[in-house]
Amino acid sequence: MNKKSFGSRLVAAPYYVWAAIFIIVPLLIMFYFALTDQNGAFTFANIMGIAKYKKAFLISIIYAVIATVITLVISYPMSYFMTKMKISSQRMILLIVMLPMWMNFLIRTYSLITILANKGIINTILTSLGLKPLHLINTPGAVILGMVYDFIPYMILPIYSVMSKIDNSLLEAASDLGSNGFSRLKNIILPLSLPGVISGITMVFVPSVSTFYISQKLGGNKNLLIGDAIEYLFNVGPDFYNIASALSLVLMVMILLCLAVMNRFSSDEEDLIV
Amino acid sequence: MKTLSKIYVGLIVFFLYAPVAVMIFFSFNGGESVWVLDGFSFDWYKSIVTNQYMLSALKNTLIVAIISAVISTVLGTAAAVGIHAIRSKFAKKLANTVTNIPMMNADIVTGISLMLLFIFVGELIGLNESLGFATVLIAHITFNLPYVILSVLPKLRQTDKNLQEAALDLGCTPLQSFFKAVIPSISTGIFTGFIMAFTLSLDDFVISYFTCGHYQTLPIVIYNMTKKTVTPDVYALSTVVFFAVFALLVLYNAIQNDSEKRRSK
Amino acid sequence: MKKIIAIFLTFLIFSLCCSCGYEYADIEYRAKFDRSLAGTELNVYNWGEYVSDGSDDTIDVNREFEKMTGIKVNYSTYESNETMYSQLKSGGVSYDIIIPSDYMIERLINENMLKKIDLNKISNFDLIDNQYKNLFFDKNNEYSVTYNVGMVGIIYNPTIVGEPEHSWKTLWDKKYKDMSLNFSNPRDGFMTAQMILGYSLNSTKMSEWKEAAELLKKGKSVLQSYVMDEIYGKMETGEAGIGPYYAGDYLTMLETNSDLKFFYPNEGTNIFVDSVCIPSSVKNYEAALMYINFLLDPEIALANAEYIGYASPNISVVNNKDYYYYGNPILYPKNEDMPYTEYYHDIDPKIRSYYENLWIDVKLY
Repeated sequence: MNKKSFGSRLVAAPYYVWAAIFIIVPLLIMFYFALTDQNGAFTFANIMGIAKYKKAFLISIIYAVIATVITLVISYPMSYFMTKMKISSQRMILLIVMLPMWMNFLIRTYSLITILANKGIINTILTSLGLKPLHLINTPGAVILGMVYDFIPYMILPIYSVMSKIDNSLLEAASDLGSNGFSRLKNIILPLSLPGVISGITMVFVPSVSTFYISQKLGGNKNLLIGDAIEYLFNVGPDFYNIASALSLVLMVMILLCLAVMNRFSSDEEDLIV
Repeated sequence: MKTLSKIYVGLIVFFLYAPVAVMIFFSFNGGESVWVLDGFSFDWYKSIVTNQYMLSALKNTLIVAIISAVISTVLGTAAAVGIHAIRSKFAKKLANTVTNIPMMNADIVTGISLMLLFIFVGELIGLNESLGFATVLIAHITFNLPYVILSVLPKLRQTDKNLQEAALDLGCTPLQSFFKAVIPSISTGIFTGFIMAFTLSLDDFVISYFTCGHYQTLPIVIYNMTKKTVTPDVYALSTVVFFAVFALLVLYNAIQNDSEKRRSK
Repeated sequence: MKKIIAIFLTFLIFSLCCSCGYEYADIEYRAKFDRSLAGTELNVYNWGEYVSDGSDDTIDVNREFEKMTGIKVNYSTYESNETMYSQLKSGGVSYDIIIPSDYMIERLINENMLKKIDLNKISNFDLIDNQYKNLFFDKNNEYSVTYNVGMVGIIYNPTIVGEPEHSWKTLWDKKYKDMSLNFSNPRDGFMTAQMILGYSLNSTKMSEWKEAAELLKKGKSVLQSYVMDEIYGKMETGEAGIGPYYAGDYLTMLETNSDLKFFYPNEGTNIFVDSVCIPSSVKNYEAALMYINFLLDPEIALANAEYIGYASPNISVVNNKDYYYYGNPILYPKNEDMPYTEYYHDIDPKIRSYYENLWIDVKLY
């Protein structure tokens, strides 16, 4: 018996080796870069130098929070309505929601330009109706819209999958006991769908806060988000690897903190040390 | 209420598909722009067949996606079995946490940390080129692994603990019992993991961007194209990919429906 | 007399052959090429839109090279000298051919990152105009072979911005708010401000760089976006009204949007040379030499010059009356029309790191 379970544990050995070399060691190397200068001498200068990037951090967080809130507000009713449909139409809609996730996100973002541009589709329609064209592209709004658009399926799917598991008899029982629609939502659906909401929030917030490309294309490359700043620094030259590593490190710590806070809210069966 | 909810769902679907529609629409553009419409043509579809950069990038993408999906499915399934068998609570937590890192972490951080590792090692052993096929493959396997593990683990939890022991009692060797009793009961998890790994790898841009060197995958080529003027051939290729995925999903759905019907019978 | 007619006829046939495309080049032409390296690979790292790629019935230069030599070309592109440098320096990738600009070549030579080019094997080297040999960044012409020459100017669309003043200041003009573009790479970006301030583009005074950075920050409120090759789409469709870019690219845009106009600002501008170089980490040196020689071939150089639209240093192109841009006043201005120009030089590493950081400040502002 003991032998058997030892055997089963051993089959994971290759994975542990892999994880050590390709998950842990890279992070340690990044840590090393963040705490050394170009010549390899220990320094706190990079960590201190991050102050310069506070605006980029701030904008990234603000944009990501707004985008996450918007996606949540849009996705929650969407998921709810989906669960109320016939099973066959639920499958259909699910497929429709998932399909854009298989499209390259660069292409999806790029085709938004065609819609939002000064001479894009929206403004062409507006001017042909005799209305004044709107200034849409190269604004913070366009960047946030890009985030919402690119990551919305990651919000709809987890909320939907949790909601669809809510036992209908529970709701029926509640209405039999005289609770109205609002209190059913507040007392049953909201608490039961919370784990889906939490994972949706993390799945939208993390890529939004760390994205590069979206702001470069939809925001006119004027307001660097933290992801753009990191990418830019890696493209200036190895002299900037240290500061870029420090920024990545801070970004990672920030994300892990958010996840830890989020984990407190959800009673996840998967215990994690964060 | 019913119609209102239908309108709402319809609006969201419209929002999701407006850019996709734009893409499909402009892939038939007669002109060279993806902004200004200039007649109708199939020329861009013809041109992707002759565009060697795109075709070789497509080939590269598929190679990496298939190999990384296979390796990560094998490694990941074994890992899930091993993690499932861990008794110590702390060790289990540790394993789960490490597994979650590449999934939870920002892609850009994963990409950069891997790139730093590859360059660091490359310098140590004196390579004059440390990035390439091997490094993208390693990177893809690394970010695929957690998805495989996390789709197999729940299935393992659902399987009856006595199943394997029963098989052992009936005279199977441990290895036989594993392949004959355990694997079939977690096969849907393994399959889901494989599909997820394959599609994630197919679509990955950020991590490949930092680790690919000369081995350019399709998202990298598309990225380079969007730096200049995008011509409709990119859209044409994406449209083809879109419909291919669409067909696959419909097929997958049909098979699932079918098997469910059979089961209910 | 017969002889003359015969020569004339052969010449005519030859030129007809050329006009009907390179595809049909005769066997003799192919025989000129050494196929001893067939099956090897050549990694070429070039600017975007910087080689004739076969679109619109032009010659696909890389494919032709593959056909002639059997060497596989792995072609990738960058959008600034800095990105190219970063890739090369990181050791992540190695290239056999790169095409940096003057100041970057100077830096690469200083940092021992280039390999000497064996000019004995570049039989077409004589086709390079003498004024583009032994340039300041490579005085003995050991490391580089000039590929293109150009100047920076301002492109505008009169249907959107009317007739602007011929000055860099137009990029700061509030009239053109959200219509104007600027460079997203540091040297060119700083240049637009340095020209207004009247400072040298190679200033060694930190205060002057600082002042230019402050001016650039001020300009951000007017700016629509920072661009490199994205400017093509933006100017061609009228998405933006005015922006600085390289003269040759203006001529390419003009083919799509005939409204566009161009000027060299009164304050003066940057003149640059982009040259073909071989990095010291080269893996296929002999093939790289063949590629350089191939780029200088009259027909290939002509195809590139017409596709790219930059001024060519190749006398066989410049003196060819059939050359599409033959005597073009923007590419080849007469001496009296020539604006004040200044080359970029590699700067003391301290100053360089200072301005690179300042540029990040501008971007972050």
